[in-house]
Amino acid sequence: MDILITGLLLGGTYALIAMGLNLQYGVARIMNLANGEMLVAGAFAAFWIFTAGQVSPLLSLVVVAPLAFAGNWLIYRFVMLPLVRRSRSQGQLEVDSILATFGLSFILVGIMLASFGGDYFTYSYLAVPFDIFGNTYALNRVVAFAVAVAIGVLLCLWLGFSRSGLAVRAVAVDPRSAGLVGIDVVKVSAFAFALGGAVTAVGGALISTFLTMDASIGGLFTMKALIIVIMGGVGDVRGAIIAAMVLGLAETAIASLIDPGLTLAAAYLLFILVLLFRPQGLFGRRAS
Amino acid sequence: MKHRSVLAGALVATLTGFLSLGVAQAQNVIKIGAVAPKTGPLAGGSTVTHWPNIKLWVEQVNARGGLTLKSGKAKIELIEYDDKTNPGETIKAVQRLATQDKADFIIAPYGTGFNLAVAPIFAKHGYPQIVVTAITDQIGDLTKRYPSLFFTLGSTTAFTKSVADILAKLHADGKIGNKVAMVNVADAFGIELAASARPIFKAAGLDVVYDKSYPLGTQDLSPIVKGAKAANPDAFVAWSYPPDTFGLTQQAMIQNLNVKVFYTAVATAFPAYGGKFGMAVNNNLGAGGINPDTAEMQTYSASHKRITGKAPDGWASATMYASLQILEQSIEGVGAADRAAVIDYLKNNSFKTVMGDITFNSQNNDHYWTVGQWQDGKYYGVASTGRAGEKAVRLKGGWK
Repeated sequence: MDILITGLLLGGTYALIAMGLNLQYGVARIMNLANGEMLVAGAFAAFWIFTAGQVSPLLSLVVVAPLAFAGNWLIYRFVMLPLVRRSRSQGQLEVDSILATFGLSFILVGIMLASFGGDYFTYSYLAVPFDIFGNTYALNRVVAFAVAVAIGVLLCLWLGFSRSGLAVRAVAVDPRSAGLVGIDVVKVSAFAFALGGAVTAVGGALISTFLTMDASIGGLFTMKALIIVIMGGVGDVRGAIIAAMVLGLAETAIASLIDPGLTLAAAYLLFILVLLFRPQGLFGRRAS
Repeated sequence: MKHRSVLAGALVATLTGFLSLGVAQAQNVIKIGAVAPKTGPLAGGSTVTHWPNIKLWVEQVNARGGLTLKSGKAKIELIEYDDKTNPGETIKAVQRLATQDKADFIIAPYGTGFNLAVAPIFAKHGYPQIVVTAITDQIGDLTKRYPSLFFTLGSTTAFTKSVADILAKLHADGKIGNKVAMVNVADAFGIELAASARPIFKAAGLDVVYDKSYPLGTQDLSPIVKGAKAANPDAFVAWSYPPDTFGLTQQAMIQNLNVKVFYTAVATAFPAYGGKFGMAVNNNLGAGGINPDTAEMQTYSASHKRITGKAPDGWASATMYASLQILEQSIEGVGAADRAAVIDYLKNNSFKTVMGDITFNSQNNDHYWTVGQWQDGKYYGVASTGRAGEKAVRLKGGWK
């Protein structure tokens, strides 16, 4: 039971890391390798607001989310859109966006270094024990899990039951056909990219309450997000959430029952197995 | 991919060259190169320990007109490179400093693997390499192979043996039992320390009841702390890196891991550690230490804060600064930018530094701090291989 809850809490953390990338890759077809840096930027914003103004990271989301949305929208509009416009196939766009966002990640790391230096930044918020069924967990992780669930549910509801969500899903399935039925693909893609960035930054802000980070740690998160997005299937947020939970549970189970040193190996083994037996991911569609 | 300071450094060098053409040898300049991580996984550590001390030293030396050579005063021109925590880049940068930038001296890089990687190049071009942040058991072999290599911070075995000695003594005095939970980060230094510790702990009569490793960057350390707690240890020892030092400490607080001895390795001595956890980490042990109460240390600490804006850490910072003081005293002792003479001077002289007197015995400093402890908000050295001012080890009494 302890493993189950710890695993789910970790899964919540992973979901926060991966949902944003899922939106960006699944809808806007941008494989955003600078995703981790966006997470660290959100984390640093929360850190700065907390240490300078004593404002709770949860409240700082009110500032972090819109800023990240605007920032990512601008990135899409001025950096990604030219690539989208000139790419002749989805494959070419993916390659172009990988290269571009790879470079973008270095630029973002450089900006963050220049702004707040290379030191580790860490603070204590809700770092108190919280009892669930007799076992102790960190309250900040429970809160992060709760917010992850809330974001996930909101996203799924919006995507599943609203008109704009329908448009987003249409673009995720096939951008060309979506254009044919009158959906403004560029506008929807920009919106999804920006929303994905905002979700990632919010995730970063929440994760900063319990992890120690520095300007260079983004790459680690990008890698984890990538595994989860591919495992869950591109284009469906539910896939990312389920995959995140599965990964969290698997890693916790391995760490508690076998050996903590095997968590990374287990994660990648799971990844390989999913790719071997269901290459489109848990919720993905087979490539046509 | 060039870092911005490379361009800046090149520009400064070119401009200085142009200026010196016009001003005709009026001002002497001594070029000192430095390469260390500014980005990448070890950047967090080098930003606390390595770069601030270089900045502090260069500013202080230039503020009094520069180094005193026989030909007059020579200001330091610092050339910095970011090696992105990639030993390949460190090698390239050192090569560039030696052959293209024609640096007079090069400050040893940050990190054991990095210093070992560039030792051959330092030796080939005859640059003295006063290493600080490199801890290895191969000091004897390496100093024989590279006559320009000098070690200051100690060997792996010395660090693990000090911890074992502390635990064994507490056990012999009847203050704690002999059960130890030991974990390590699965990265170079962590693995080395754990491998070194296992036989030493056993020989000291300690019973290792939990022995696990975890990957670098693990996001959830609670399974490890819960596993350690379940083994009912008297002491918890973690050969850890900064992110997990913080993470393990946090988890231990939340799980209320009730041990009388709690040790985390790298970063326990960082001001941020004491800053974040406050009195909750009172009596926590960590790798390395200093005697912060000497007059020299207090002056150093104050200047560090004033010039770099932050406090030095409680372990390698002061030794890093001491290594620069040693370089300065050697260059001034020789009176010229003569690398071979400086290497000779390093081998045959004693140096007054913030750490106390340092003399190299076969290119190795024998007297260094191995274990420190947070006592009432300050980090003090509690064990060393011959440094004055060791404080008594205190038992941990809970996390409040």
